[in-house]
Amino acid sequence: MVNLQNQSRNGQDVIEDKILLEVNGLKKYFHVEKNQILKAVDGIDFTVLQGETLGIVGESGCGKSTTGNLLIHLLDKTEGTIIFNGLDMDKMTKEEMRKSRADIQMIFQDPYSSLNPRMRVKDIIAEPIKTHTKLSKKEINDEVNRLLDAVGLDRSYGNRYPHEFSGGQRQRIGIARAIALRPKLVICDEPVSALDVSIQAQILNLLMRLQKEFKLTFIFIAHGLPAVKYISNRIAVMYLGRIVEITTKNELFEKPMHPYTESLVSAVPLPDPTIRDKRERIVLQDDIPSNLNIPTGCRFHSRCPYVQDICKMKEPSLSELEKGHQVACFFPRNLN
Amino acid sequence: MVVEHKNSDQHLIDSKTNGSSWKIWLKRLWKSKTGTVGLLVIFIVILTAILAPVLAPFNPNEIDPEKMLVPPFWSEGGSIEHLLGTDNLGRDILSRILYGSRVSLLVGISSVVLAGILGVFIGLISGYYGGFLDTILMRIVDAFLAIPNILFALVFLAVFGPSVVTLIFVLGITNWVSYARIVRGETLSVKEREFVKAARAIGVKNMMIIMRHILPNVISSFIVISTLSVATTIIMEASLSFLGLGIQPPTVSWGGILSDGRDYLATSWWLATFPGLAITITVLAIIFLGDWLRDILDPRTKG
Repeated sequence: MVNLQNQSRNGQDVIEDKILLEVNGLKKYFHVEKNQILKAVDGIDFTVLQGETLGIVGESGCGKSTTGNLLIHLLDKTEGTIIFNGLDMDKMTKEEMRKSRADIQMIFQDPYSSLNPRMRVKDIIAEPIKTHTKLSKKEINDEVNRLLDAVGLDRSYGNRYPHEFSGGQRQRIGIARAIALRPKLVICDEPVSALDVSIQAQILNLLMRLQKEFKLTFIFIAHGLPAVKYISNRIAVMYLGRIVEITTKNELFEKPMHPYTESLVSAVPLPDPTIRDKRERIVLQDDIPSNLNIPTGCRFHSRCPYVQDICKMKEPSLSELEKGHQVACFFPRNLN
Repeated sequence: MVVEHKNSDQHLIDSKTNGSSWKIWLKRLWKSKTGTVGLLVIFIVILTAILAPVLAPFNPNEIDPEKMLVPPFWSEGGSIEHLLGTDNLGRDILSRILYGSRVSLLVGISSVVLAGILGVFIGLISGYYGGFLDTILMRIVDAFLAIPNILFALVFLAVFGPSVVTLIFVLGITNWVSYARIVRGETLSVKEREFVKAARAIGVKNMMIIMRHILPNVISSFIVISTLSVATTIIMEASLSFLGLGIQPPTVSWGGILSDGRDYLATSWWLATFPGLAITITVLAIIFLGDWLRDILDPRTKG
């Protein structure tokens, strides 16, 4: 496990300098009853480089899953631009749109409800191929077998139904479906949070192996830092529909600048008791405010331990304070 | 992991024993005793309907004034000649039941199929697309529910004239609303499941999603309801016959024989009892068959 991590994460040989996805000012508002507006995603900007894994973390309701759904067009955005592979998604022709659908795929959170119980595994995996290509039956069958091999499932499993598999195996089927079209970008929407801890590591390792093999780019959405820490190159922290901090994994864990990130990092369990005891645990007060009633000024000020007057009046913008380290805070921590 | 492998070995053995798909179906049918009985009874009923001219001892409309209201053969005064007795005009009841099965099965099953196709289609469309279309379709359903079935059927048959075709049509039209309601409800819940979201993310077209992902997951509740309603349809045909707007004589139907026998219920019980029994047995067999069909369509109950 450690070995794998060193090879693919620290080597960074697979990451190219090319921007695959660029998101600018992305917003998604939902109209709920009594003319209230739920601001699920409230203006986020980020870029994803070809071959990297961008982790997105945040509490439930922070907009991370909505962001994923916007990227694969399961939801229509309210505002903002998404530029994928150099093309603005709003200006795409129908054919380009179809192609881009094949290029962005998703791995879902719940391995139980994400597979149709009435379809055989081979048909589930073949569905994206049938939808986007005109291969013959035999070619599709060969491709399905290759995909089963790639995700570590026996070829004979293709004739079975999803209920015959365990959670981890089902997630492998879901992964095979997601990579069937050799997409450029795979959005992993909490793919391991429904699995046993022992299976989680297997799935994460599988994802990292496939990333190398198929030259994939991942956006990895999770609600906790540990899973994201293992797989990501860079991590974006979201809070109430906004990105509050985005930087490389090591930087984020060593020098978290936003007070929210700082408290998240301090909450990650550590195996070494001597380090653990020395660490200062920052426990946030109160619950996360409602998306229907976002605080004025900095949206984190109501829970921030370092809050000042300005924080209640003005909203800080996400700005690059150090190279490759963007933070939205007036009083960032750990600044050189 | 160890446990997983054990399981998978078990599955391997299972899949090796699978022969041709016909054999598997027969095997699974045999495992369900009620399903076997249901299928067998339906088979016999259909066979007798087809072979009625061969099997029936008499012409079903042959009147014999000398042998009116003869009881079944085991009762006092009964004869082997008329196994189930005769009616008030001296017609052989057994022959009438055999011939009656033709119309009753045809009307019962065809109208349920018609109602099913219409109801399932509208339910799927309404539930899947939602919004304005859903509102419109469901108001139409409400309107249909507000009209008493029998009244609608009477008006319809009075206007278009009673015949087998109009009867199938009118019974189909009055029944589709309940299917539409049920299928819509099921569709609403199934379309929120993640595999539908996954299909949309892949870029599968809406019609394909409905046919491939939603329909197979809503069909089981439809099958249960539709087998039950074959029964009510046969009864409904009987009530329409009783009101004089069902199948017209000389064509025989179970419902018709049943309503003919009503006047003699107190004195000659066999007139209404035997067609009633025929309906009960057929309906029961259809329900058994429906239960079995629902089970085998669900891969989770396989084996």
